[in-house]
Amino acid sequence: MTKINEKFRTIPDSKRRAEGPVVVIECFQEIPCDPCHAACNRGAISAFDDINHLPEVDFTKCNGCGLCISVCPGLAIFVVDETWKDDLAVVRLPYEFLPLPQKGQIVDGLGRDGVKLCEAKVVRVDNTRWHNRTPVIWIEVPKDLSMDVRHIRVGGTSLDGQKA
Amino acid sequence: MNDGRIILHPILEFKEGKKVSFTFDGKEFQGYEGEPIACALHAAGVRVLRESPELGRPRGFFCAIGNCSSCLMTVDGRPNVRVCVEKLREGMNVKTQKGKGVLLANN
Amino acid sequence: MSSLLTTEICIVGAGPAGLRAAIAARDMGACVMLVDSEENLGGQLVKQTHKFFGSRGQFAGMRGIDIAKLLSDEVTKDSSVTVMSDSQVVGFYPDGTLAIEKDDCLKLLKPQRVICATGASERMLPFPNNDLPGVYGAGAAQTLMNLYGVRPGNRVLMIGAGNIGLIVSYQLIQAGIDVAAIVEAMPYVGGYDVHARKIQRAGIPILTSHTIKAVHGRQVVEGATVSAVDAQFCIIPDSDRYFQVDTVCLAVGLTPLTELLWQADCKMGYIPELGGYTPFRNENYETTRPGVFVAGDLAGIEEASSAMIEGEIAGLCAAKSLGYEIDDFEDRINRAKTELRVLRQGPTGEKIRQGIASLMQLREECEGA
Repeated sequence: MTKINEKFRTIPDSKRRAEGPVVVIECFQEIPCDPCHAACNRGAISAFDDINHLPEVDFTKCNGCGLCISVCPGLAIFVVDETWKDDLAVVRLPYEFLPLPQKGQIVDGLGRDGVKLCEAKVVRVDNTRWHNRTPVIWIEVPKDLSMDVRHIRVGGTSLDGQKA
Repeated sequence: MNDGRIILHPILEFKEGKKVSFTFDGKEFQGYEGEPIACALHAAGVRVLRESPELGRPRGFFCAIGNCSSCLMTVDGRPNVRVCVEKLREGMNVKTQKGKGVLLANN
Repeated sequence: MSSLLTTEICIVGAGPAGLRAAIAARDMGACVMLVDSEENLGGQLVKQTHKFFGSRGQFAGMRGIDIAKLLSDEVTKDSSVTVMSDSQVVGFYPDGTLAIEKDDCLKLLKPQRVICATGASERMLPFPNNDLPGVYGAGAAQTLMNLYGVRPGNRVLMIGAGNIGLIVSYQLIQAGIDVAAIVEAMPYVGGYDVHARKIQRAGIPILTSHTIKAVHGRQVVEGATVSAVDAQFCIIPDSDRYFQVDTVCLAVGLTPLTELLWQADCKMGYIPELGGYTPFRNENYETTRPGVFVAGDLAGIEEASSAMIEGEIAGLCAAKSLGYEIDDFEDRINRAKTELRVLRQGPTGEKIRQGIASLMQLREECEGA
């Protein structure tokens, strides 16, 4: 599995991440696919000259709206907001499993290998008809884990201590 | 009959069909009308569908498209029915098939 | 036996290729009969719960189940395409008559053109006890759970990390079923990296350079032994790992369902990159038997997106060969051929490009001989 670093053109650097919410596209293999371009109404994801090319992101145009997250067939798009709170970042991720977590619930934050990295509070769940059964979960994670937490495991305890 | 059924799914909704009864080796089972016989049996925990002709080895579901002949059973007296594609109907008499099956046998 | 039915174009198989072929031929004005062995149209699309890759022309971003509905609605929106579902084409006679089994009765159909879009079947893998109940084709397990809502098992070992192995593993987790691991003999994951990542972040190990050594159980699968393999795919001693599973899914490749083409005396070549015996065909997807066209996995194992475009080409060309014309024929055919070339021109299309090149070369050699 490709190791992630900021040399990838679809990964925003720490300077950009410090400015506000921004997209992180973990798509590193050329496959014939282009829906992310059409999903972005700010033109931050360029049109594909060749459908097999990797996405090209203009991080100055991206405002981290997250419209592209549930459109990506590879579930490879995340939004990271390192300006959320002093010590907490928000990671928005696609999640196609049941049960869906509830706002306020504490879940396990998992890394790219499925290993638990932290506990994370769910701060929002986007699941409209438009999301087409790919809900987007917003979780709060320690800021230094914003580029590591990419999945959740539901089944922790909610804030009031009840078993979820 | 629901033990092997998926009730909640993040993408799919499973519409329940009409419940029908059938017998498997003389015991009464239930399934949904029109689903393949193999599905109804699998949902009820039945995985062994026949014995192979030469060595008598257990055989079950495999390809789901009526192509591989792993799942041949005797249905209403008819041997070698591909139960992965044969639709379940009320009152069917389904039997584990041993060997090559006997044509024109009585139920 | 009933009297002889006739039609202009018979399409065998209503998967992504057959449905698009039916729409294209219908658009040209041809009289079309679409025959499928299943009740529901859509072929394998009816259980593909994931969103598709490709471009908008091939419905990228839509789930396979929704594409199946869209295409079958289009085919059945009026009576211009005659649909015969639950009907299996079992014979292709020398004079071009098709024998179709429906409800234990045989019907005979003599079409002027045939488009075969029968798809593929799953490959088997030799290992001890591979015949035990609980060893299932990955696509078959997918049918059980996604079409009929039946759990294929409680804990599954997946063999093969191509796209089917990865996708079905993901869908097993979605259905609430444990996946113990994915086992892959090659030293790398064959399927798309993004599919592998979805699996890995759910905590499922992908064991590359590993193979299944044996399945264990008396009446049904109770476990499986997995071993590491070296660069020559030989089992490395003392590397056995035991997995307690009740189901082993095989996702070790597909092979074209060519039975009808053999009966039709279409010339074929053995092309490993395309999944095995594959029909010789020209750029319009017409086989060596005039009037018989192919599309989709039958014409070489590939993705549903390319199958749809091949169906469009075969449908347009079959109708054209009957004398039907539409104003934008050239536009449509050129667009389809361009889309197909573009889909295949990236790194993931290398294998299919090699396969098609071998197929065309072999055909030339056979015709020259």
